[in-house]
Formats: sequence, structure tokens, C-alpha cells
Amino acid sequence: MDWARFLLTWAAGIFTLFMLIYMVGFILIRGIPHIKPSLFSPAYTVDNQSLFPALVTTLIMVVTTLVIAVPFGVFTAIYLVEYSKRGSRLVQVIRMTTETLAGIPSIVFGLFGYIFFANLLGWRRSILAGCSTLAIMILPLIIRTTEESLKSIPDSYREGSFSLGAGRLRTVFRVILPSAMPGIFAGIILAVGRIVGETAALVYTVGNVIKMPDGLFSQGRTLALHVYQLAVE
Amino acid sequence: MRAAFFMAALASIISVALICVFLLYQGLPTIFEIGPFKFLMGRLWRPTAQHSEPTFGILPMILGSIYVTGGAIALGVPIGLLTAVFMARVCPKPVYRFLKPAVNLMAGVPSVIYGFFGMMFLAPMIFDLFGERFDMVSGSTMLAASVLLGIMILPTVISIAETNIRAVPQELYEGAVALGASHERAVFKVVLPAARSGVMAAIVLGVGRAIGETMAVRMVAGNQTAMRMPYEFLKGVRTMTTNIVMEMNYVEYGSLHEGALIATGVVLFVFILLINLLFSTLNKGREKP
Repeated sequence: MDWARFLLTWAAGIFTLFMLIYMVGFILIRGIPHIKPSLFSPAYTVDNQSLFPALVTTLIMVVTTLVIAVPFGVFTAIYLVEYSKRGSRLVQVIRMTTETLAGIPSIVFGLFGYIFFANLLGWRRSILAGCSTLAIMILPLIIRTTEESLKSIPDSYREGSFSLGAGRLRTVFRVILPSAMPGIFAGIILAVGRIVGETAALVYTVGNVIKMPDGLFSQGRTLALHVYQLAVE
Repeated sequence: MRAAFFMAALASIISVALICVFLLYQGLPTIFEIGPFKFLMGRLWRPTAQHSEPTFGILPMILGSIYVTGGAIALGVPIGLLTAVFMARVCPKPVYRFLKPAVNLMAGVPSVIYGFFGMMFLAPMIFDLFGERFDMVSGSTMLAASVLLGIMILPTVISIAETNIRAVPQELYEGAVALGASHERAVFKVVLPAARSGVMAAIVLGVGRAIGETMAVRMVAGNQTAMRMPYEFLKGVRTMTTNIVMEMNYVEYGSLHEGALIATGVVLFVFILLINLLFSTLNKGREKP
């Protein structure tokens, strides 16, 4: 009977792989024939549903969100790893809230962004409101990846730097951050993936108007929202 | 500079506090205006009724979320766990080198893409299979949403379960083999039970993902507000998440309807907090051997 279970694990592994390949293949085969130069024309019209404005909006949103979230995320990780007393009350609370943030579904972030950024702060539905919402959403991801890459740096680096007379701050910026960069970048790339693919948090925070964005307070529509909108229409 | 790092570290605390405060601030008054019992146990959702009193009962959506999540668990967890065992203890190295990035890629596919796939492939397939026999109008059903979510939670379940199966001390496995168990028996009877709390954590996180998923479900679930029973899986269903996303677009600012949608978000949020609590309890149990 045991070998039967083993066959089952093989079957499950193959099923998982097959599902992914099938899905990606399905999308590519259906999608690629429709990619034409006219899709990238600057203006969106009823006849030519160009995705160019959405593409530009997506790029702007990725950059803005990262500009907001990365400093907070990286600094939080630096505080947790380099400054705080391990296991102190505050660190526990920060851990707990970060875990909570990571578990909140994106539609709840969307609701919050709509209530807080769009209505209460009066930003209306705008790129800035959307980016702020997304920044909160990707914060736990950046904190966790940065923390892990800071922790993986051997203590001998820190000790070496201290013994050469560098202070804590100089050690962090000159020794630790440069060697932690690859890990931090990996986290940022994961975050970009989440920003580009996000829809539920954005429908009610960036609006759904398709046009070239003209500033952070203009409405917009990202590529993922564009897919959603075209699919449900 | 220490102060600057400290201030940044407060950001996540402040964010969670703001989210709690503002969701509750906007949601709770509405719940009490409608009446907690009427809201949570009401079977009718008619927010825009013109000729009669509008009613806001979200019981169908709460049940919808539970059904769809249950279906996703029934499908995704066995496949996910078996795949995790496969990756941690069975598969040859070259296969692993291929499978691991594939699972990571699967975790990174945006939910609209899953939704699109479900809409173009799963729903039509379900319609072809059962449509005529059961007199269906479309393939967008509870079943389609469950299957799609079952696929979507696979990467979450797999990666957490795999990590935890790998974390089981090698001695346990070796001991079992030394006592005469075959490799298979040692894996299924010793290693997997030893990883129990981690496996439970994987399932709980899968539940969290399934219950919070919005767009993919919106695209395949049909979204009817009628009360459903679990055996009516060939009919459309609406979940809490899709209730919010479908109607938020045309509510009047500050109306009771808007409040009711935010209150739906509050109920969803409470569900998620409970799931998170369960998850961290399980995690803590694992750290202390």
C-alpha cells in the first residue's frame, strides 16, 4: 500500500506542474496572436482599446509605491535586526502587526484605502491614494525579506567594523547594507510582482478611468485592472 | 538616526491600528443601525429595493465564503500536501530544481490571471460537463470558484508544508528506517505526523488566502445573492469579498448601502484575524518542541 501512496505523491507533483504549464500555455496561446502595434498606441479609443495608458500608469504606480514603502520597510528591518533588543515587547508587537498585515486580504486594504486615503484625506480616487494603499500592503514583504538578508550577514562583519572604530550607523550603511543588497533587491522584485498584479486593492482607490495620467492626483487604471475590466464587461 | 529607524518601525503598527480603527469606525455604526442579528443572519440582500424597505442580510455571503473555501480546501489541501511530501522526501533532485521555481512562479501569478483562466477555461468546461443535464444557465458556479481557489492555494500550502516537513529532524526518519520501516512507511508514518502542526499551519494559511480572494472568485462564481445549500454547488454563489467589489462601484457616498459593504469588510476582517490568530498559535506550538 505504501508504494501506492508514493505514486500519489508523484501524481500530485505532476498535477501541480501540469496546472501551471497548462494555465500559462492557455494564456499565451490565446493572448499572443492579439499583440499588435496598435495595442501600444498612445490614445485609448473605443475602436482601438490600447493598453498603453494602462502600461504607463502601472509603471508610475510601481515607482511611487516603492518610493513610499521601501524606506519604511528597510528601516524597520534595520531597527529590528541592528538596534532593538531581541525579544523585547516592542519587537514582539512589530512582528505581530507585520504578520497581521501580511494576512489581510487585498480587498480589505482596498476598503481602507477608499475610506482613509480617498475620502478622509480627500485625495479622491487617485494614483497617490492607490500607491499609499499598496505601500501598506507590500510593507510586510519588504520587512521580512530585508530582515532575513540582514540576519544572514555574519556577526564578524559587524565586529570587524566596530573594532576599526566605526559607529553603529556607519556600520549599518557602509558594511551591512551593501552586503545585504542582493536580498533586499530580491524582496523588492517580489514586491513589484505584487504591485503589478494587484487589482482588488486598487479598484476603489485609483479609480478605473483609462487615460494618460497627468500627475499623482489623476485617476488611472493599471494593467491588471484593465484585464479585469475588459473581462467582466 | 536611531530615532529615524524607530519611527519607521512604528509604521506597521500604525497601519494596522489605522485599518482597524477606520474599518470599525465606518462599519460598526452601520451594523448597529441595521441590527447585528438582521445583518449577520439576514437571508435577503436587497440594498437598493425601491418599492419595499431595503434589506441588508449577509448570511448568504458568509455561507458562500465558507462553502467556496471549504471546496477549495477539499481540493487544494490533499494535492498540496502530497506535492509537498513529494518535493521534500520523494522527488529526485533534477525534478526538484524544476518544480520549486514552478511553485514559486505559481504563487506570483496575479489573481486576475487565475480569474481569466477560470472564466475562459474552467467555467465553460463545467458548463459543457453538467450544463444540459442540470439545466444550468452558465458555468460560473460555486464549483468553478472552489476548483479555481483550490488551484490558487496550492503554492501557499505546498511551500509552508514543504518547509515544515523538511524541518523534521533527520533522526526520526533514520530511526524509523533502522527499525525496519521502508522509506515510504517512514515518510508517511513518522515524518508526516511529526510535522503535524506545521502542516496544520499550511492549511490555515490556505484557508486565509481562499477566504480573502476577491477578483478570481468574482470572475467565476456567478455572484447571485440567493441563499445556497452546500449541495447546490452547480449554482452561482456570492462571497463576502465579491459582495464588496461588485457593489462598491455604484453606491452613493455616505449611504447605508456603502456602510453595509464596509461592514461586510469588517466581518471578513474578523474572520481573517481569527485565522491569523490560529496560524500564529500553531506556529508557536511548533517552535517549542
